[in-house]
Amino acid sequence: MALDIKNLKYEPVIGLEAHVELCTRTKMFCGCRLSFGEDKNIYTCPVCLGHPGSLPVINRKAVQYAIKIALALNCKIQDYTIFHRKNYFYPDMPKNYQISQYDLPLGVKGHLDVDMGDYTRRVGITRVHMEEDTGKLLHTGTTGRISESEASIVDFNRAGTPLIEVVTEPDIRSPEEAREYMIALRNLILFLDVSNCSMEEGSLRCDANVSVRKKGKEKIGTKTEIKNLNSFKFLQKGLEYEVERQIKLLESGSKVIQQTRHYDSKTAITKVLRSKEEAHDYRYFPEPDLVPIYMESKMVEDIKKTIPELPATKAKRFEKQYGLSIYDSNFLSNDRDLADYFEKCCSCYGNAKNIANWMMGDFSALLNKEKITIKESRVTPENLCRMLEIIDGGKINSKMAKSVFEEMFAAGKDPGKIIEERGLEQIADKSMLEAVIEEVLRDNPGPVEQFRQGKEKALSFLIGKVMAKTKGKANPRMVNEIITKKLS
Amino acid sequence: MEIHYLTAHELKDRLKKRELSCAEIAGSIYSRIDEVENKLNSYIRLDKEHALSGAGEIDKLISSNAIEISDFTGIPVAIKDNMCTKNITTTCASRILENYVPIYNATVIDRLESRNYILAGKANMDEFAMGSSNENSYFGPTKNPWNTGRVPGGSSGGPAASVASGEAICSLGSDTGGSIRQPASLCGIVGFKPTYGRVSRYGLVAFASSLDQIGPLTRDVDDCAAMLNVICGCDGNDSTSIDTAVPDFKSFLAEDMKGMKIGIVKELMAEGIDREVREAVQMTIKMAEEAGGKVEEVSIPSLEYALDVYYIIAPSEASSNLSRFDGVRYGHRNMQARTLREMYQRTRAEGFGEEVKRRIMIGTYCLSAGYYDAYYEKAQRVRTLIINDFKKAFGKFDVLISPTSPTTAFKIGEKIEDPLTMYMSDICTIPVNLAGLPAISIPAGLSADKLPIGLQIIGDILREDNVLKAASSLEKAIGFKDKPGI
Ligand SMILES: [Zn+2]
Repeated sequence: MALDIKNLKYEPVIGLEAHVELCTRTKMFCGCRLSFGEDKNIYTCPVCLGHPGSLPVINRKAVQYAIKIALALNCKIQDYTIFHRKNYFYPDMPKNYQISQYDLPLGVKGHLDVDMGDYTRRVGITRVHMEEDTGKLLHTGTTGRISESEASIVDFNRAGTPLIEVVTEPDIRSPEEAREYMIALRNLILFLDVSNCSMEEGSLRCDANVSVRKKGKEKIGTKTEIKNLNSFKFLQKGLEYEVERQIKLLESGSKVIQQTRHYDSKTAITKVLRSKEEAHDYRYFPEPDLVPIYMESKMVEDIKKTIPELPATKAKRFEKQYGLSIYDSNFLSNDRDLADYFEKCCSCYGNAKNIANWMMGDFSALLNKEKITIKESRVTPENLCRMLEIIDGGKINSKMAKSVFEEMFAAGKDPGKIIEERGLEQIADKSMLEAVIEEVLRDNPGPVEQFRQGKEKALSFLIGKVMAKTKGKANPRMVNEIITKKLS
Repeated sequence: MEIHYLTAHELKDRLKKRELSCAEIAGSIYSRIDEVENKLNSYIRLDKEHALSGAGEIDKLISSNAIEISDFTGIPVAIKDNMCTKNITTTCASRILENYVPIYNATVIDRLESRNYILAGKANMDEFAMGSSNENSYFGPTKNPWNTGRVPGGSSGGPAASVASGEAICSLGSDTGGSIRQPASLCGIVGFKPTYGRVSRYGLVAFASSLDQIGPLTRDVDDCAAMLNVICGCDGNDSTSIDTAVPDFKSFLAEDMKGMKIGIVKELMAEGIDREVREAVQMTIKMAEEAGGKVEEVSIPSLEYALDVYYIIAPSEASSNLSRFDGVRYGHRNMQARTLREMYQRTRAEGFGEEVKRRIMIGTYCLSAGYYDAYYEKAQRVRTLIINDFKKAFGKFDVLISPTSPTTAFKIGEKIEDPLTMYMSDICTIPVNLAGLPAISIPAGLSADKLPIGLQIIGDILREDNVLKAASSLEKAIGFKDKPGI
């Protein structure tokens, strides 16, 4: 059950650190390709294997992508930026230091507005910086833990993949807000076309800093850092657990201890990973193998021009231009493909609200069921529009349309063709309908009499009879009209 | 003179006249190696077969006119064992890399290969280039060819001893705080450290990234300039290499020093410098004046802090650079360790020597939280002062002159137990690295006990021209022709 934030005496104070893997062609500091689950250690070279004498060279594309993200998050782009070395030993780190950024990150002081339905939370962005990813460790044995394994294997395909870290201010006030922030961040970055941003695939990752304080108090309490929050759901669940744990501690008169905790999604609890005393001293110092990057305003301006219309702006436009509700506008603008699809439909069919209803209703339901994206679906915007036109023309009713759409979705067929093949076309021929209606009226004198006496219900009965006789193909609107006329 | 004592340009002339073959050159170098190597230990790895067959191949290419004879074609060059040679062990004189075989060539090696050079062998050095005596080698110390009871200097002791003794025609060393110039001085040869960024560091196993620079050790200034022509130039694989045109360094060789303004660095002619060394330098000052130079004394007060700054910055960078030697991917690994932590600890405890461990510890301490500002950060600020002081001096002078080393070659074992005294050996050379300047050491004569004395000539950033001009004219004036007794 979700945490009832509004009724708590305490208020959570949450800050998030998100890691975004960029989808550049090559790695951050060498010419190796990025890999997607191929054989182990094939995309490696002396640089990303940390061989003696090898040196890093900055991937310009990654810098451009990072600037793009920072700009989209309303950050100030620094005049120049430098890399630092973050020193610590671990086998997935080829050099035993990570090239990262420290006191001169690329972007600072931004914000992201998160729509929470009845309010908007503005989350401050402290910094956006660049760094390199580590390799992956695989431990033999059943537990998968390094301490219990016979052997460990390191795969360096991922080592050196460009990463962007987005750090927020402690502005987030509930686990739900945290989840919504991450979703908004993902949607935003997907718009920029610089990352796959998938939490399932690990191209979007997140750590959280959490503390709680009595409502109305300024001072921030002792925080813990939560790791392994690797889905939107686990992010919320993990934070809910941690907030509750901290509140219980304070309520029972104990203290929160500053530590790093690991979220275990199986048991849905957080466990101590290391205490403050065990925290690494990363011994940051400026990376002497690289030179500063000067961010010329021309370059920043050029990158700015490549940023497309972002979700918030798009939603406002949809509201105005197409007369959609706020909810519908937000829904359609949060996903670039969905938004593009919607607008393609709008260009060939006039009733935007109808399009929105279908996209958000049956269409979305099928996409979710099949776990595919709108881009992967076989329904073209043209075919969806055709179907809507056919419904408007009264050829099929909405119930029939549902089954037609299912076939369009499954087979990618033209709706006209499906209707023809299945003989689904509605009987909209007046003389044909009149003949059937005459028959029904004759066979049901009772209900006819009731209707004449003013019982509306009797009309539905009669229409139902007509529909049954035509096997559902009659146009209900026309049937209604004809019966009413005949009996009045 | 014996073939193994000729210079590269003399050999080139003879090759061109077909008076000699590459195979003969390689053969004479290897017979000299057979003769003296057991007394000197200049090399960590030798491959006679490979060198001789390689020379034969080049002879064939020359006789079939497939290649032109250019500088260093067929010339046996010793390479300090901290430069990566593809498929050939590169140990850094450390147990931790005892069997490490690089999968790629350092940029300088590629450049030499394009000239069809001959790899004489991988030369001995202080472990990871940390030392001034070559005593910190896992493979045993190199001896000075002038007196095998003495050190050859360090850390490029092997590259210096091999060239001085005729075990190679010339060599490549690396210089972080004097590691080319000081051994060149102690072995009576020429050693050049170019401007930081002139030569790609790609493939040079890093000691201190902001100070390391590769450079030549040769028998004369001509060869030195020719080698700079080969190895200098911007490299896309090294972000710190300078993107600037490479001049023809040989064009700067000059007969005289007319119009040159020369500064004698007061702080580097003071008490800590041996009397004999000072006198030799003073002799060269007279010669510089006779050659048309204008000589004046100059004070660079911030040099007082150079050693302190160096021994914070260099170990700090080293502590991070050397953390990749962990037994995970390559190099020595302790196989008895049962946990990851134990594997790291035992691998590194066994793999690194005393001096390397000392510097890793100093560096780790200097970068630690709470100490960073007081040490690393402050050292960087003082480094800026030193850079600015040099800048000021070069506003007035074309080159600065000092001894290269405060002493001649000292006895093996004399300073090894006393790191601080050992560190003083680089007092004259370290400031140059801190400021990223080009500097050369040329022989300035012999001491009474027949040990070479070196003269250091320092230029402004990217002003190798002035250094070479002064060095070539003083070289002629000094006329140092002695060879070691070995
Ligand atoms: Zn690579």
